[in-house]
This record gives sequence, structure tokens and C-alpha cells, in this order.
Amino acid sequence: MRYSYQRRTCAIARAKMFPKGTKRKFSDSREEPVAGGEDVNQSSLAAVRMLSSYSLQRQSLLDMSLIKLQLCHMLVEPNLCRSVLIANTVRQIQEEMTQDGTWQIMTQALSAANAAAQCSADRLVATEVLCRQTEAAQGEQVPKPFPVVGSEGCPAEEVLEEEEEAAAAEVGMTMSTVSPQAPTSYLPGTFGMDPCWEEEETGEDDDDDDEEEEEDSEECGSGSEGEERERDSLVEDTRTAEQVFGTFEIKNPAPSPDPALEELFSDVDASYYDLDTVLTGMQSVPKMGPYDLLESLSSHGPSPLSSSTSCRSDLNELDHIMEIIVGS
Amino acid sequence: MLKYTFKGVGGGNDFQWCFSQVKGAIDEDVAEADIISTVEFNYSGELLATGDKGGRVVIFQREQESKNRPHSRGEYNVYSTFQSHEPEFDYLKSLEIEEKINKIRWLPQQNAAHSLLSTNDKTIKLWKISQRDKRAEGYNLKDEDGRLRDPFRITSLRVPVLLPMDRMVEASPRRIFANAHTYHINSISVNSDHETYLSADDLRVNLWHLEITDRSFNIVDIKPANMEELTEVITAAECHPHQCNVFVYSSSKGTIRLCDMRAAALCDRQSKFFEEPEDPSSRSFFSEIISSISDVKFSHSGRYMMTRDYLSVKVWDLNMENRPVETYQVHEYLRSKLCSLYENDCIFDKFECCWNGADSAIMTGSYNNFFRMFDRNTRRDVTLEASRENSKPRAILKARKVSTGGKRKKDEISVDSLDFNKKILHTAWHPKENVIAVAATNNLYIFQDKIN
Repeated sequence: MRYSYQRRTCAIARAKMFPKGTKRKFSDSREEPVAGGEDVNQSSLAAVRMLSSYSLQRQSLLDMSLIKLQLCHMLVEPNLCRSVLIANTVRQIQEEMTQDGTWQIMTQALSAANAAAQCSADRLVATEVLCRQTEAAQGEQVPKPFPVVGSEGCPAEEVLEEEEEAAAAEVGMTMSTVSPQAPTSYLPGTFGMDPCWEEEETGEDDDDDDEEEEEDSEECGSGSEGEERERDSLVEDTRTAEQVFGTFEIKNPAPSPDPALEELFSDVDASYYDLDTVLTGMQSVPKMGPYDLLESLSSHGPSPLSSSTSCRSDLNELDHIMEIIVGS
Repeated sequence: MLKYTFKGVGGGNDFQWCFSQVKGAIDEDVAEADIISTVEFNYSGELLATGDKGGRVVIFQREQESKNRPHSRGEYNVYSTFQSHEPEFDYLKSLEIEEKINKIRWLPQQNAAHSLLSTNDKTIKLWKISQRDKRAEGYNLKDEDGRLRDPFRITSLRVPVLLPMDRMVEASPRRIFANAHTYHINSISVNSDHETYLSADDLRVNLWHLEITDRSFNIVDIKPANMEELTEVITAAECHPHQCNVFVYSSSKGTIRLCDMRAAALCDRQSKFFEEPEDPSSRSFFSEIISSISDVKFSHSGRYMMTRDYLSVKVWDLNMENRPVETYQVHEYLRSKLCSLYENDCIFDKFECCWNGADSAIMTGSYNNFFRMFDRNTRRDVTLEASRENSKPRAILKARKVSTGGKRKKDEISVDSLDFNKKILHTAWHPKENVIAVAATNNLYIFQDKIN
């Protein structure tokens, strides 16, 4: 009952200007008037809201940038200038997040998520392997599985399901509704296909919200072919899981370039001659496994007050982005 | 010799732009191949070339001014159309090579024929466009059909005569400069020596001789040893209009490097480095992206150069490296929309810019089929629109305005109503007269000033 009430307020907030909607939502969800509060609390609350809203914006910018980098250009070489500019933006965000400690929080959240969902590690790997497909991909008539969707759909459902309910009262509405749907927001229509294991996933979670489940089953349109292939590759690549997750540890934030980011361009030249990419015709960097796991999980990691009111002037853009996320 | 009647660009009593012609289909449904990707006048302004995404080049020729209508200048009509580039497939990388014409540059005319360079992402071609309007008749050794006559039948000698025929224009590829670029070619520029030209891709600049196709000199190479360290690419390059040893190239970080080819064979170390220090108060995550230079053009005098970044046009004095001498805001109202523009990729649009013949005015495109002109002397600017609605013959273009505040005046358009799919990336200004060509997606608009 409470949950559906929140959903209603979410919908209202979405439709309106950000400050008005969230203000109402915030007080609604708390169900107690904030008006009579002390000044000190108010201003610090506002400051926290502003800060976390900035973090939210920055995070969504990071997500957007990573997705832009990952979209495969099947036929024509991607524009190098654009890729370089996006990669530089990602680096900038990463540097800033490292400096204020958010980056470490994200990586910790990821490791926690991984620890909690042991079985899903295999699936995460499978996604990563899928992107790096060789012979198996030849029969594939649709573009490669979108890594963000794959990696996100599984752990999100399993790991954060409980968290969602608990955090529903405090966490902003955008977070709870964003989590299962965040990656799909950036999915262009043609990339609608999905790794099959998301179908499996939907079957297991009976307690899931009906709406979410519908969304998932819509996405898993053409999964069956890939299913067998994935199961095969599951067994083979448990070892790569270590490689995948091993690169996560950020020991020294500032000087050395992020290993995942390094991989961005490690294939720009070599991949041209790589058998994998020749066969699949894929130009995007396939080994983005660790990084996209990171970013996909971070988009719905623990982040209180993330959707609270903000004083930022470009909230219109954020609202627009959120509309895409929750609207699709 | 420059003949110009240019007085002022900002409207007013002495000068106004009016519609002259529009070329292209009227259909709402635009075929991708018809999208114009480059526009260029030749040295005399008599010819106007366009290239499109389908790899075709269309050349328009200006009709002679007729005595019957002295107040309207000659119209541009199709002179020649040919397929310059075809789509190719790179089997090694398993990728398509687009046939889209990235740039056309005319060569100075040396004989009756016209020559131009056209390039796609990988290959540059030199095309010769020649016309025939006479043919010879009365050969001795062959008859009218071209068949050889039986020598024993020839009893008398005659002199062939030249008779007029319908004009026939043919374009033939004379040189093909291929396999010199690993990355996508973004610029070509003919040198003032009329013998060499340069071509630039994302990481390298090559120097060619117009007669030699099997090799070129690499004069700039910014590819890092480790591609993971790549943070900057070359976005445009141009030869100096008078000094054949000097050229410039711009980067995605908003810098311009001027190089002297006499200094070294490999011009990795610039002679001059132009960069405006960043304003720390306006720093955002998009700062670098919007500082990326999309076009660089020397002034005709060779003393200045102009650069276009996402929001502004800057004029630089070649003698001053630390900041531009003039900065013109093209569409500052977009600064608050950068996040949306990043999301829909518009922030990566590459706008070009151009000088007028006298270097007193500059022009560049914007969104919603708007284009902007700036008068360097009066500091006035005007926003005009290329649209079918304003396409009555000799109709004067009305100045447009984008409203940024809450109150929108009549005839103003609000920022949120702008159509970002209607972008004017390519414009050209006649080298001697006040005639401009503006490419709006698949249509080419020609405007000229009204003589009062």
C-alpha cells in the first residue's frame, strides 16, 4: 500500500517541474511536515540535497557517457573525435569522484553486491564474454547484447530487491523506479534484444513488482538462441571472473589511468585485426565488463536523498533524462 | 582584383540579404544520401560545388548577367553532376567506408578546364571538369560515323571545320590519392604554390604533390605510442593563403598549432601555439567538448585566422597566441542546454565558418536552419533563416531572434522550440561578391544582397 502510494507520487513528480514535485513527494513520503523544523537542520538538509543532486547528475552523466562509448557501430567506424571527447569526460568525472570519495563507495558497493550474489557472478561473466564473442556470434543476426542491460538486470533484481523495499521510504523515488529500468532507457529500439538469462531471472523472482516483471519479459524478446550458447560459455569462463573483478580495485586513484578506461582504446588499432571483431564486425571495446558492471550497479547503489530537491539550474535536463529512464 | 559593394551586415538601410535560389527536393522525407556535406565556391565565384552523403558532387555555374534584368545577378544552374566516391568495404577491419564527401577544394584554374579535389574518409580524388561546345566535321581519314575511310577512296583533301554543338560537360577523375590515411580525413587544403596540398585525418597530416599519387609526406603525427593515452585529435587543418610553408591545424582541446614546414620534416613541434585560457567560472564537464574546434579558416589576407567551436567563433591575430582578438557568440542560449545536447549528440556537431571576400564579415551556421553573420567593423550581428517560407524571389530575409528569458516577444522563437535536426553546418561566401550559399540538410539556398 505504502509502496504503491510512493509510485503515485513518483508519477506526479515526474510529470511536473522537478522542485515542486520532489518537494511534495519528499514531505509526502515522510508523512510528516518538515515545515516546523529548525533552521540549522533545514539548511544542512538543503545542502545535502544539493550535493546529492549534483552527484546524481554527475552519475547520470557518467552512465550516459559510458553507454555512448559502448554502443556498437556495426557498419561504419565510430567517430574517433567523439569517442575521445566522451572518454575524456568519463575520465574527468572519474577523477572528481575519486577525489571526493564517491568512487570508492561505488567500488565497495559493487564488491558487496558481488559477494551477496555469488551465482550471478557467472552470469555477469557471461555477459562480458558475450560481448567478446567469437565463433558463437556468427549466427547472431541481431547486434551484440547490450552489456549494461545484461549485467544490470541480473544483480539488480536479486541483490537490491530487498534493499528497494527497505530504502523505499528514504531513497528518492527516482532511485527505486530507476533501478530495474535504468539501462533500458538508453537502449535504442534496435538493440532491444537481451541475453536470455534475464528471462530466467524473471521467472525466479515471483515477488517482484508486476510492472517490473512485465518490463523485463518485454525486453527478453529473442533470448532463446543465445541461451544454450551462454550456458556453454558459463562453464568455461569462471576464471575470467577474477580477471573481470580483479581490475576493480582502485589502489591509487590519481596518477595511473584506470585499467578499464585504458581498455577503451586498447583495441582501437589492434582490434581491427582481432579475429573477434572481424567476425562480429564490432568496433566498440568489448572488454568493458568490469566498468559497465560498476556503472550499472552504481546507478542504483545506496545513495540516500539522491532525488531530493535541488537548486541546480539545469534540472530540466535531469528531469528529461529521468523521464526517459522511467518512461520507456 | 576584389570588387565588392559590401557595406554592412547588420541590416539597416544600406544592406539587406534576400533570397535568390534554392536547390534540392522539397519533400519532407529527406533521403540520407541527399544531405549536403560540403559547399565551396571556386576562385572566381563562377562555380559553386556541393558534395553530399551519397558521394555525389554537383557543380553549379553562374549564368552571365543578362541585359534584360540588370538588377538581378546571374543565377546558378547545374553545370555538372557526377559520382565522386562510392561506398567501399574494408575487408581487413570488416567496416564500411562511407562515400560521404567530407570536403571539396577547388584548384586554381590553369586552362579551360576546372579542377577540384574531393575527399571522403579515406581517399582524395582530383577531378577535371571540362566542357565541349564545338565539334569538328569533315575529317579526311574517317567519315561522319567515325569509321575509317578506305584510303583508296580519298581523292581530295579538305580542312575540317569546327561547328557548334550542345554544350557537354564531363568530369573525369585524373588522380586518386589513396591509402595514406588510417583515420578519417577531415580536411584538405590546396597550397599557395599550386603544386601541393595537405590532407588531415584525426591523428596525422600529410602533404601531397598534385601530380604524384603513390606517396605523400607525413608532416604531423600526433598518434601516441600507446593508444590508451590518446586524449586529443586533429579536427581541421589549412594551408596559409600566401606562405606556402605555413599551415595550421586545430585540435579537439581547443588549441591551434601553426607549423612551418621549413623548420623540420616532421612538424610535430609547432612554431606557434594558440590557446585561450579557460574561464574557471564557466567550467563544467562539457567544457572540453564545447571547446573542440570544428573548423579553422585563414582570412584572405593571411593575417588572421578564424576558429569555430561549439558556441562561438573566434578571430585570431597570427601574431598573438595567448588569446583571440575577437570572439563572437553564435548561440550562447545553448549553454544551459549542454546536457541535453550531449545526450542527443548535437554537442558533437561540426559547424563550419567562412569569411567574406574583404575579411570584414564572417558567417557560420546554427540550429533551426538559422545562420549567423557578424560584421567585424560595426560589431553588429544578425540571425537569418534558410527556409522555404522565406523563399519568394528577391524576398528580403527578416532578422530572427531567439528568446532566452521567460517573456517571448512576437516573432521570437524560444530555445525549446528550436529544431535541432535542422542544422546548418556548411556555408560559403562568394570570394568577391555578396552572394552566399547555405546548405540546409538537403537543400542549398543562395542569397544575395539587394542593390538599392
